[in-house]
Amino acid sequence: MHTALLLDMAADAAPDRLALGPRADGLTFAEARRRAHHGAAWLEQLGGTNVAFVGLNGPALPVAIFAAGMLARPFAPLNYRLSDADLNKLLARTAPSVAIVDDDMVPRLAAHEGVAVVSRSAFDAACKVHGDCEAQFLDADHDIAVLLFTSGTTGEPKAAILRHRNLTSYVISTVEFLGAEEDEAALVSVPPYHIAGISAVLTGTYGGRRIVHLEAFTPEAWVETAAREAITHAMVVPTMLGRILDVLEKTGETLPALKALSYGGGRMPLPVIERALNMLPHVDFANAYGLTETSSTISILGPDDHRMAIYADDEAGKRRLGSVGRPLPSLEVEIRGPDGEVLGPNQSGEIYVRGEQVSGEYTTKKVIQDDGWFATNDGGFLDEEGYLFVEGRLDDVIVRGGENMSPGEIEDVLREHPGVADVAVLGLPDNEWGEKVAAVVVAADTTPSADELAAWVKARLRSSKTPEVWAFRDALPYNDTGKLLRRQLKAEMAKA
Amino acid sequence: MDLKPGSRWKSAVCDVEVVVVRPPKTPATLECGGYQMIPHAEAKPEGKEIAADFADGSAAGKRYADEETGMEVLCTKAGQGTLTIGGRPIGAKEAKKLPASD
Repeated sequence: MHTALLLDMAADAAPDRLALGPRADGLTFAEARRRAHHGAAWLEQLGGTNVAFVGLNGPALPVAIFAAGMLARPFAPLNYRLSDADLNKLLARTAPSVAIVDDDMVPRLAAHEGVAVVSRSAFDAACKVHGDCEAQFLDADHDIAVLLFTSGTTGEPKAAILRHRNLTSYVISTVEFLGAEEDEAALVSVPPYHIAGISAVLTGTYGGRRIVHLEAFTPEAWVETAAREAITHAMVVPTMLGRILDVLEKTGETLPALKALSYGGGRMPLPVIERALNMLPHVDFANAYGLTETSSTISILGPDDHRMAIYADDEAGKRRLGSVGRPLPSLEVEIRGPDGEVLGPNQSGEIYVRGEQVSGEYTTKKVIQDDGWFATNDGGFLDEEGYLFVEGRLDDVIVRGGENMSPGEIEDVLREHPGVADVAVLGLPDNEWGEKVAAVVVAADTTPSADELAAWVKARLRSSKTPEVWAFRDALPYNDTGKLLRRQLKAEMAKA
Repeated sequence: MDLKPGSRWKSAVCDVEVVVVRPPKTPATLECGGYQMIPHAEAKPEGKEIAADFADGSAAGKRYADEETGMEVLCTKAGQGTLTIGGRPIGAKEAKKLPASD
């Protein structure tokens, strides 16, 4: 099943419903399909096998995604925040391609063989041609829908392959067709080159929920847009949520229309989500865990789980606020040990996942097993009721004297100290233990002493988990989608 | 009929269209409104009418699954005909509602 069929279905069943953009002058589903159709016919004339996209969020993004889908050409959104040199390297890798590029970003791009650069305004104009489009595309055989370049913190970025069947399987198994109320609207602020930016377009369309794009995230613009557009649904990454709450506190805005807020893409600090639950009591919170290679979400901690966890009086119940909930019913999750053996409840190992939405493929290699199981490279465990806990990338796990330690667990404890605004825990080489635990702390108003923080951790965990090396900084390095650049920090700390 | 995953079919007698989500484990014939469905790109035959016994309707966005053959289709366009395999109606699957996460 092709992604473009999702738009086709919505446009057939609800042609006049608003699909994209503002309440006042947004595009209907019928108009969105018409534009994608014209866009596809125009792109087809320009040749190439891939459609690259370099630009900010906006209605042109979904139109381009569906136009590429109609042509059965892989859609490759590129990270415009990269340096010019890195961006050009990625663009060259999309050849033969047509690249739709924001007008003000065109000058950043060099000429590459096999890459035809067209401005976003030219694409928009081609899509807006009046009348029906006679071109027919849908039964083309190519099945790669999206190519997403990973952030590549360890060398050349890899291009993850998402096939039409991966993405549509995810959409139809998690979203009710036109299940949204007519007045619902989702605010999408993750960038186009993030898997959640792609899946938001597909699930929003199939669910019949209007999509409002924030060109680029700032907390002020997010709150202002959410209020103006009566946004009912949104997804944010953890660093966004804390900054949004700061703006709400400052402006007194309460976002009465907001019904559901989901978060994912990294570990959410418990104090932030607790603050969110208290400040926005009318909102349903969901924590989603997923990867690029799994077409977005594979596990969700739902609104009821959130409320139960916050009112729970037992440790297992409270702990669940730190979990990513239960795996989707349409897939399987297992925790496996170092020799591939399946582990029981509460035993930490590597998270494996299997299901139709899982691609596990890159342009350079296939990392999915023949039986369909995909190793996520994330460490974690399932509790006795099947709730999944993610402990972080396996490469980030600290091994001290043969003992495996999750940085996240130690970070959570430190974040609860009033003197800690932000913290990263990592392993540094150690001659005696193999690795030793280090903490990089961003202090709140008054800087706590290392001794005080060490005693705090020791009292709550155990002495082997207490950081031996302490550093204090003004800020930690994050990428633009809120992921802590742990390896960069580790390299800097190892040098110091 | 080659009911492979992703293949699209339409009713010969009404507006119903489907896409195959899961193929049948054994060869099967997919009908709608009492007549075998035709490939999406083909033109509808003329002069055929929906069979009264197979006119209960199919809804867009519903997934229809057959236990016997394991086949599952997604109805992509609604219409009056009932989806059947060898004359046996296939039922709509109840989807579990999940919180929005994107």
